[in-house]
Amino acid sequence: MRPSRVPMVVTWLVIAFFYIPIVILVANSFNSSRFGGSWESTSLKWYIRLMGESDIWNALTNTLIIATIATLASMILGTTAAFALHRFAGSRLQRLHYSVIYTPLVLPEILMGLSMLLFFVELKVQLGLVTITIAHITFCVSYVAMTVLARLQDFDFTIVEASQDLGAGWWTTFWRVLLPMLAPGILAGGLLAFTLSIDDFVISFFVAGPGSTTLPIKIYSMIKYGAPPLINALSTILLVVTFLAVTISHYLTHRGRQTA
Amino acid sequence: MKAANRIRVFEWLVTLPSFAWLLILFIIPALLVFAITFKPSTPFGGIGEGWTLDTLRTLSNPNYPAIIWRTIWLSVATTALCILLATPMGYYMARISPARRSLVLLLVILPFWTSFLVRIFAWKVLLHPEGMLKQLLVFIGLCAPDTSLLYNAGAVLLVMVYTELPFAILPIYAASEKFDFRLIEAAKDLGATSFRAFRSVFLPGIRVGLLTAFLMVFIPSLGSYVIPDIVGGPTSEMIGNKIAQRTFVDRNLPHAAGLSALLTLTVLVPMVVIISLRRTGAVNRALIEEGV
Repeated sequence: MRPSRVPMVVTWLVIAFFYIPIVILVANSFNSSRFGGSWESTSLKWYIRLMGESDIWNALTNTLIIATIATLASMILGTTAAFALHRFAGSRLQRLHYSVIYTPLVLPEILMGLSMLLFFVELKVQLGLVTITIAHITFCVSYVAMTVLARLQDFDFTIVEASQDLGAGWWTTFWRVLLPMLAPGILAGGLLAFTLSIDDFVISFFVAGPGSTTLPIKIYSMIKYGAPPLINALSTILLVVTFLAVTISHYLTHRGRQTA
Repeated sequence: MKAANRIRVFEWLVTLPSFAWLLILFIIPALLVFAITFKPSTPFGGIGEGWTLDTLRTLSNPNYPAIIWRTIWLSVATTALCILLATPMGYYMARISPARRSLVLLLVILPFWTSFLVRIFAWKVLLHPEGMLKQLLVFIGLCAPDTSLLYNAGAVLLVMVYTELPFAILPIYAASEKFDFRLIEAAKDLGATSFRAFRSVFLPGIRVGLLTAFLMVFIPSLGSYVIPDIVGGPTSEMIGNKIAQRTFVDRNLPHAAGLSALLTLTVLVPMVVIISLRRTGAVNRALIEEGV
């Protein structure tokens, strides 16, 4: 019997659906017309205009500072969490621990944003870069923990025993055996945390204060109140950067898996 | 005995950093939402002293049932459309050659990693009254020049499906990849049509993936706020928009807390399903691995 063509057709139509808006956005960023409806001429004028927008560069700086701190902190907290979840799996404490780690992954962001805003208001904490960073660490921990946990499932713990049998202390085993072997998982978790932190709008918006505009908050206000051609150009730059990064890491990890 | 104690201390030592952090910054704030629902608001946008039922009374405002109803039906429709599209995709992706599969997977993952706001903005450009899609539809006579493609529930649904689809595709693909396709051959040998084999053998075989996709799409959809805010209008507001309005426009935090408490309760029902699904966490792991 001839296999049905429906799954194939649906797949490629969905992929077209994914990329059509993106392609049009990118094309429009080179259109000198104020509105995308008609093509005036091809130009880089929106890119040149973008260079002069110091607000955007300040927002980008804030975003990178927050993402760097949140990534490093959540890598540490997430790795210890994954280790505890794996090593003591099944204990009552770890079951509770797992629920606490898992819930932020599925809870709508707006609930996390508002609840943290209320928390900071009640404690009379000044809203700003610090509160955004704390909020980002909070949601990134779960993603890092889950990524590292997935790698730990395939981890061969007899290697740790071998290291100890050969006379290595706990500290040496940790630094020389455990950490290097877990490094790819921790880095993958960190990469995920970094991306999520850079992209987060909802939670950041709730806990932001005066002078702590991040890039997504800036893009949001540009979408709501103004300059479409500038966002086209900015979006195109962001798209190129993510597409390159994801494509490279995709082929690196897949090649790694095939040779392994 | 002493060794057992040392292990117990070690367990607490590695558990405490993440556990304490999330207890203070996730669990306590979540409970605070319920407590603040019963607090009065101050004229300066803060939270007052004492206790009151004011917020509960305003929640019975006749506008809210309509918004809650819209939030639920938009989320149900989004979830249904996502699963409807993702299931044949999972089937297709599980059956193609590894090289092509890697390419399709990359094409699915790329939008997932791309800025959320940029993707919503791309649709705003496309659906804009002066945008390309509108002009095309008017040109081929499918819509009148004065109809608006933006600022209605249809636009919200379209963009919600667009942003949530990868969250349905990845778990369904992960489950399909583990599915034994010889079962379908067996069903066909026994006289089943292709569709019958798909429905009675394949779908039950990937049910964990379908359930995970349902939760991964449905729960975040209930809390949508940015999409209805950017491509929706006053007639397509969801509960998330109301929470944001109470927080940023009226600065009535107890009121925002009341709405959030309501949303939390709505989300809690499917959430309980997740906790029971946790034993089969393999799918979630697969999802996160593929995401990376």
